[in-house]
Amino acid sequence: MTGRVLVGVKRVIDYAVKIRVKPDKTGVVTDGVKHSMNPFCEIAVEEAVRLKEKKLVKEVVAVSCGPQQVQETIRTALAMGADRGIHVEVSGKDYESLGPLQVSKILAALAKNEDASLIILGKQAIDDDCNQTGQMTAALLDWPQGTFASEVTFEGDKLKVVREIDGGLETIKINTPAVVTADLRLNTPRYATLPNIMKAKKKKIASVKPGDLGVDMSSRMEVLRVDEPPQRQAGMKVESVEELVAKLKEAGSI
Amino acid sequence: MLKAITKSNLRTLSGLIQRFQSTLVVAEHNNDTLTPVTLSAITAASKLGGEVSCLIAGTDCAKVAEQLSQVEGVKKVLVAQHDVYKGMLPEELTPLILASQKQFNFTHICAGASAFGKNLLPRVASKLDVAPISDIIEIKSPDTFVRTIYAGNALSTVKCNEKVKVFTVRGTSFEPAKQGGSATSEQVSSATPVGISEWLEQNLTKNDRPELTSAKIVVSGGRGLKSAENFKLLYDLADKLNAAVGASRAAVDAGYVPNDMQVGQTGKIVAPELYIAVGISGAIQHLAGMKDSKTIVAINKDPEAPIFQVADFGLVADLFKAVPEMIDTLKK
Repeated sequence: MTGRVLVGVKRVIDYAVKIRVKPDKTGVVTDGVKHSMNPFCEIAVEEAVRLKEKKLVKEVVAVSCGPQQVQETIRTALAMGADRGIHVEVSGKDYESLGPLQVSKILAALAKNEDASLIILGKQAIDDDCNQTGQMTAALLDWPQGTFASEVTFEGDKLKVVREIDGGLETIKINTPAVVTADLRLNTPRYATLPNIMKAKKKKIASVKPGDLGVDMSSRMEVLRVDEPPQRQAGMKVESVEELVAKLKEAGSI
Repeated sequence: MLKAITKSNLRTLSGLIQRFQSTLVVAEHNNDTLTPVTLSAITAASKLGGEVSCLIAGTDCAKVAEQLSQVEGVKKVLVAQHDVYKGMLPEELTPLILASQKQFNFTHICAGASAFGKNLLPRVASKLDVAPISDIIEIKSPDTFVRTIYAGNALSTVKCNEKVKVFTVRGTSFEPAKQGGSATSEQVSSATPVGISEWLEQNLTKNDRPELTSAKIVVSGGRGLKSAENFKLLYDLADKLNAAVGASRAAVDAGYVPNDMQVGQTGKIVAPELYIAVGISGAIQHLAGMKDSKTIVAINKDPEAPIFQVADFGLVADLFKAVPEMIDTLKK
């Protein structure tokens, strides 16, 4: 049995929401828009909880960086089975420029403080679509990484990870401590039941500031503008397969 | 007059800056050929204006190094051949890239935004203490890039003030670099094995069709196909068109096809000449992976399906009738 698992969870605009770009082109509208836990983070939490249920790990700690509202996201992780939470308070300007570089520094610092032996994250957040934080955290700690994982098994003190790659699957074996990032097919996250949601209210969420962890939040990346993508021209409906094939031939597509 | 001087000064200045720019492209290959996305990354690197070098690491590099040296725009090929690069593990490649960076002081380091590039480059960036930029679709200037966010529903223009710009390139947004170069080749020192990870095996999905991300025509199926057996219909259609076959997440989750066929935010991004979506509703997640296709065709029995909002040609019909009919029509 290994020690402690840190799970990073991010609060993002719900995946089903059609986002709107702000008229001043500075970003997307987030006020009054439904937010939830990033879907890949849910899978990460589920995997950590399953490892605990199999008695392969002792404790699952859910971490989120951001303003007060991210405590709801941590609460969701607690209701799914995480033991306790850590809220890294980031707000205002620092939150606007918060990116994978800063988050990975925070996670690496926490991993050391908490003496974690495994960090599980989602493979990407569906808002910034970066797909960077796990890899960057592993680098800072000099730990191996098992990214885009669709299967994770303990083999003694090593981890066997099946990864989703472009042509199919690949299997690697990595030392622990390690960082794993979850792909969609790693598992199906459970729903938090009402009793578990009630129980989660009693679980502890510690608050820390990046400064306490010695993390510098400055960013050298500037978002100049955010635009709507070009809209496609409205198409036409065809009545039959013959007409469809004729149109495609006419357009030179086939 | 004053204006003219400023302008020419500026030009000299930017010329100077460009001369000092140098880009390293990390090549992806399978010991036999370069991946097409690497050729797109070379095109992107050439747009930066400076000198382009390519790093090729692996257990067997001779053949690919030869190919690379003939790619237009590549000035220098750095070759690192060693058994430790088996499986191209990021734990082993990162020290190699850092050593090359120390030796040559590149201003930019990039790779294709494939599973390989996405796995490796953030690790490199973190070691350089810089914020990387993922999956760029446009280069505005050596420090300004455009990328998509929110599943392709917004375009973000970012200015990167890092000392080294580390980024991955969306293959479908840049033409692959052509033949016609003559680069010099140089061996680079292999770092000591790190030994914290080990590559065991690969299970690649085998088929004779074109590769999904670079195919000219893609035929994709969704939940509407109802079973794995029914996907044969799409394979038949694809064979008629010499097309690759893709799938929506619903089709993958239902087990109709393996997941490396998935097109979307969490799967592959494709932008073929022709994309034929069969039995796919067109969820945001799926559209993120295919809405830059030149021509989109939708075949769906639900006239309200969102896919029709992006389709150039839409056919409201039962796919089990329409697809065989289409195969027949194409035979004529």
